[in-house]
Amino acid sequence: MGTAAITPDTAASLNEAVLSVSNMHCGGCVRGIERALGDAPGIADARANLTTRRVRVRFDPRATDVSGVIKTLANAGFEAVRFDGGLAAADGDQKFLLRCLGVAGFAAANIMLLMVAVWAGLAQDMEGTTRHLFHWIAAAIALPAVAYSGRPFFRSAWSAVKVWRVNMDVPISLAVILATGMSLWQTAAGAEEVYFDAAVSLLFFLLIGRYLDAQMRGKAREAAGNLLAFAATEATRIEPETGAHSRIRSSAVAVGDRVLVASGEKVPVDGLVLEGATQLDTSLITGESLPRRAAEGETVYAGCVNLGPAIELRAIAMADDSLLADIANLMENAQQTRNRFVRLADRAAKVYAPLVHGLGAITFIGWMVAGAGVEQALITAIAVLIITCPCALGLAVPAVQVVASGRLFRKGILVKNGAALERFAEIDRVAFDKTGTLTLGEPALLAPETISDAELRTAASLAAVSRHPLSRAIARAAEARLGPVAGARDAEETPGAGIRAGETRLGSAAWVGFAADDGAETTVYLSRAGAAPLAFRFAATLRPDAQAVIRDLHAHRLPTALLSGDRAAPVASVAAMLGIDDAQGGLSPKDKIERLEAWKAEGSRVLMVGDGLNDAPALAAAHASLSPASAADISQTTADMVFQGDSLAALPEALAVSKAARRRVFENFALAATYNAISVPLAMAGYVSPMLAAIVMSTSSIVVTANALRLRWSPRPWTP
Amino acid sequence: MDALIFLIPIALFLGGLGLAGFLWSLNSGQYDDMDGAAERILYDDPYDNRPKP
Repeated sequence: MGTAAITPDTAASLNEAVLSVSNMHCGGCVRGIERALGDAPGIADARANLTTRRVRVRFDPRATDVSGVIKTLANAGFEAVRFDGGLAAADGDQKFLLRCLGVAGFAAANIMLLMVAVWAGLAQDMEGTTRHLFHWIAAAIALPAVAYSGRPFFRSAWSAVKVWRVNMDVPISLAVILATGMSLWQTAAGAEEVYFDAAVSLLFFLLIGRYLDAQMRGKAREAAGNLLAFAATEATRIEPETGAHSRIRSSAVAVGDRVLVASGEKVPVDGLVLEGATQLDTSLITGESLPRRAAEGETVYAGCVNLGPAIELRAIAMADDSLLADIANLMENAQQTRNRFVRLADRAAKVYAPLVHGLGAITFIGWMVAGAGVEQALITAIAVLIITCPCALGLAVPAVQVVASGRLFRKGILVKNGAALERFAEIDRVAFDKTGTLTLGEPALLAPETISDAELRTAASLAAVSRHPLSRAIARAAEARLGPVAGARDAEETPGAGIRAGETRLGSAAWVGFAADDGAETTVYLSRAGAAPLAFRFAATLRPDAQAVIRDLHAHRLPTALLSGDRAAPVASVAAMLGIDDAQGGLSPKDKIERLEAWKAEGSRVLMVGDGLNDAPALAAAHASLSPASAADISQTTADMVFQGDSLAALPEALAVSKAARRRVFENFALAATYNAISVPLAMAGYVSPMLAAIVMSTSSIVVTANALRLRWSPRPWTP
Repeated sequence: MDALIFLIPIALFLGGLGLAGFLWSLNSGQYDDMDGAAERILYDDPYDNRPKP
C-alpha cells in the first residue's frame, strides 16, 4: 500500500505486518505513529494510512515481533491490534475494479473517436477502405478491453448460470459478448455497421456503478474492521491440591475449576463467586455503564471486567459455552436469516432478464417468419439485446446509494452497504434498547440545586481521583457550576467502595458507615466529620431529543417499542417519559430475538436500535438496525448503520434519506423502462443503428446519474 | 487521408500513456490514503522515514 514493493533481498530478512490503529485521527497522529515506530529498534519502516487507520510496518524478526510493535505504539498512546488479513482481500477487489474501469475508459474514448469519424463519414464521403481500417482498429482495441474489463461481469454471470439462476450480470454479459462477437463478424464481412463502441462504453458505465458500490462497502468495512478481542485469553487457575496459581488459556478452564480474577482483569469464563465481593464492569454484556456488585454465590459472566478487589470463581461453563459465546452463536444464526434479503437490483433482474431474452427470441423468430435470412434475423435480435442491456439499472442503484450514503455520512451516519439503505426504507416498526440508546451511557446527578456549593466542591475534590461513572458525574456537575475543581491531595480510592480523604468519605452507604434508606446502587453518600451523610442521587440522562424523535415516529405512524435487559421499573419510567406504550424489561438477548421473530411472523419489518453486546443478536436479527458510535464494537459491526453524537435525530434522517433513495431508485427504473419502451420497438423493427444505440445508452446513463444526484440537494424528504 | 497513418497511432499512443500512468499510480498506492497526504503536509519537520541501514 503505502510502502514501496519489497525487493527480494530485503524480503528475505524483513517481516511485514499490518496493524489497525483505532485512535488515529489526524496528521499529528500519523506523524506520532511513524516517529514512534521509526525510532524503535528493529523496525525498518512504517507507513500510516489515515484513510484506513492502518499502519504497515516492516520489521526485522530477529530484533522484534508484532507484539513488540504494538507495545511501542501503546507507549506512544496508540491502541493497535493486528489486522485481520481476510479483510485485505476486499482492497484487492476494489483495485481490480478500478483497473478494469481505467482500461474500459481508455478503450471507450478511443473507439468512440473512431466511430464518430465513421458516422460522420457515412453522411459524407468516407471511402469503404478507410471505414474498414477504422473498424479493424476499433476491433483491435475492443477485443482485449472487453476480455480484460468484462471479467467482473462474466465471473458473476457464470457463477449464477452454473446453478441455473439469472442475475443482472447475465443479460449484461450476453449483450457485451454478443455485441463484440457480432461486430467482429461484421468487420470481417466488411459491413457498414459495428457495435464495438456500444459494447465498450456499456462496460465503462457499468464499471462505474460497480466501483461505487464496492467503494461504499469498503468504506464501511474499514470503519468496522477494528475488531478487538472481547474475551480474556488467559485465566489464573488455582490448583486444587497445592493452591498454587497457574496461568492457562481461558479455553482450557474446565467446569468446576477455581479461578482467580485479579483487580482490573477480565472474567475469563462464566462462574459463581466463591470468595470476595467486588464491582464488575458489565458494559460489554448488558450495555449498562454502572458497575454491578457481585458477592459470594452470585453468577458472573465472561467478558466483565473486575473493578474491585480480586475474587475467586468456580467455573460453571467452559469458555466455549459462556454467555459471550452464546451471543456470538445467536448472532451467527440471526445473520443467516438476514442474508436471504434480496436486493432491489436482483429483484428487478428476475423480471428483467427473462423479458429481455424473450424479446430477443421473439425478434429472431419474427424476422425468420417474415422471410428474412438467418443472418439478418440474428443481427436484429442481437441489436435488441444490446439496446435493452440493463445499463441504467446497473448504474441506477449504486449511484443513488452512493449519493444517499454520502449525504448520511456528512450527518455523521455511516451506512454499511447499499442493502442497508434498501432495508431501512422498508421498516414499519422501531424497537429500541434503553441504556446507551434512548439514554446516554453516562448517569447525571439528580436535583443538583439541593446541594450547596461547598458540599459539591468537597464531593468533587474527592470524586476527581476516581474513574467510577458516578464520580465522574459528580465532577461534571461540579465543573458545570463551579468550574474545574482540584482533586483532594490525600484522597484515596478503595475500588468498589468509595473514596476517603482524612475524615471525609464519599461512596456507598456501607463505606460511609450509614444505614441506607434505599438499597439502590445509584446513590452515593458524602460524610464529613460532624455532619449527617448527604445523599447524591443519579439517574440516566435521556438523549436530548429522544422525546421529539419518538413523537416524530408516532406522527409517521411507526409504532415504537422498548426492549431492555434492565429491570422493569426503570424501563417503564423511561417508556412513560418518552410515550412508548410497548415496553418490556428484563429481556435476555434470546428474548429480544423472540420478540423480533414474533413481529416478523406478523409481517412487520422491525428496525432495531441498540448498542450493547446483548443487543448484537437482536441487531442482526432485525430487518434493519442502527447503533450509536458509542456502542460495543461488535454491535457497531453488526448494525446496518452507525451514528455519531448524542442526538437521536440520526434515526429520522436515516429513515428519510433511505426512503428518498428508494424513490429515486424506482424513478430510475421508470426512466430506464421509458427508454426501453421507445427503443425496443425500433430495435425489433430493425431500425437501430450503432449510433442510435450509443446515444440512447449514454443519455439514459447520464439521466439516471443526474436523477441520483438530486438526492444531494433535495430538502428533507420524509413520507411515511 | 494519408495523415491518418500517423495521426491514429499517435492518438492511441498518447491515450495509452495516460492509461499507463493511471495504472502505475494505482499500483504504487497513490489512491490508498486519500486523506493522509492532505494532513501530512501540515507537519513540516523533515522526519527521516527511510529504511535505516
